[in-house]
Amino acid sequence: MTAVWTSIAVVAVANFAIKAAGPVLLGGRELPQVVVDVIALLAAAILTALVVVGTFSDDGRLSVDVQTAGVGVAGAAFLARLPMLAAIFLGAATAALLRAI
Amino acid sequence: MGPVAQPASVAVPHAERRANFRSGLRAGVGFAFPTFVLAVSFGVLARSLDWGVVAPIVASGVVFSGSAQFALADVLGAGGTALAAIFAAVLVNARFAVMGVAVASTLEGGRLRRAFESQATVDASWALANRGGGRFDREILIGATLPQYVAWVGGTVVGVVAGDSIDPEALGLDVLFPAFFLGLLIEELRNGREHIAAAGIAAGVALVLIPFVPPGVPIIAACLGALIGLRRAR
Repeated sequence: MTAVWTSIAVVAVANFAIKAAGPVLLGGRELPQVVVDVIALLAAAILTALVVVGTFSDDGRLSVDVQTAGVGVAGAAFLARLPMLAAIFLGAATAALLRAI
Repeated sequence: MGPVAQPASVAVPHAERRANFRSGLRAGVGFAFPTFVLAVSFGVLARSLDWGVVAPIVASGVVFSGSAQFALADVLGAGGTALAAIFAAVLVNARFAVMGVAVASTLEGGRLRRAFESQATVDASWALANRGGGRFDREILIGATLPQYVAWVGGTVVGVVAGDSIDPEALGLDVLFPAFFLGLLIEELRNGREHIAAAGIAAGVALVLIPFVPPGVPIIAACLGALIGLRRAR
């Protein structure tokens, strides 16, 4: 139980510091153009990683499963220019359906 | 320290900022449901690991991070030490350091206020607040996070109290977040070849690393893809 509380307290403080570090150290300064050029591509890189890890990683192993199929259907719906929520719903419904059979 | 530049957001009119905050809130409400369900499953998991009633709720209130809290629960649940659990959770959340640098110039006030405003940096809100060209919107960031915070803590309470009554996977809810990020990514990739190249590198790096490193590391390493932005500066 002590381990649980210790972990919660330390991670809460660490997480606060991780998020605050950039804004506190940099303040409101305009960043150099080189950094802005990198940050402009950061969303593409991080979103890709979140999708890849969220879709293909299962407890640290690569896996292709029902979840992958659901995300794939949502992706196809996005490419077909369906609205965001409709595409996400289609993906979730696909996974739910595949699991129900 | 260079001269302190006026924060860009000061130039934005009040009415527009209110409108942005409201559109952030609306987007955040849309994500309140999946966040709530994820929090319920965290509550159920923590309860099954003998965390008691109070600790999981406190964890959601002060850590407010699904990835870090699931990492904690996983490591402690597998019999790991507190140190190992803390290490895993911090590693999983290291991406927020990079995201924090990205939103730094849009936040306001002195150091303390910036530190607190930066806590609104969570994956979905950060992505929604992305304006392109390296710019972020403070009002959307904060507006989108507020409903998710309420849903996260509320869902944990329900999970801890109600126990195992919802099966997120049976409802396909594990698809929601990756699908949402994929939708934002596809928009992002319409910005041109550089974005596609950055994403390609990120995907390759993450896929190669997943089997070999702790969770969280592939996401940090994938940030390397953004470094092709350096090529523009000659």
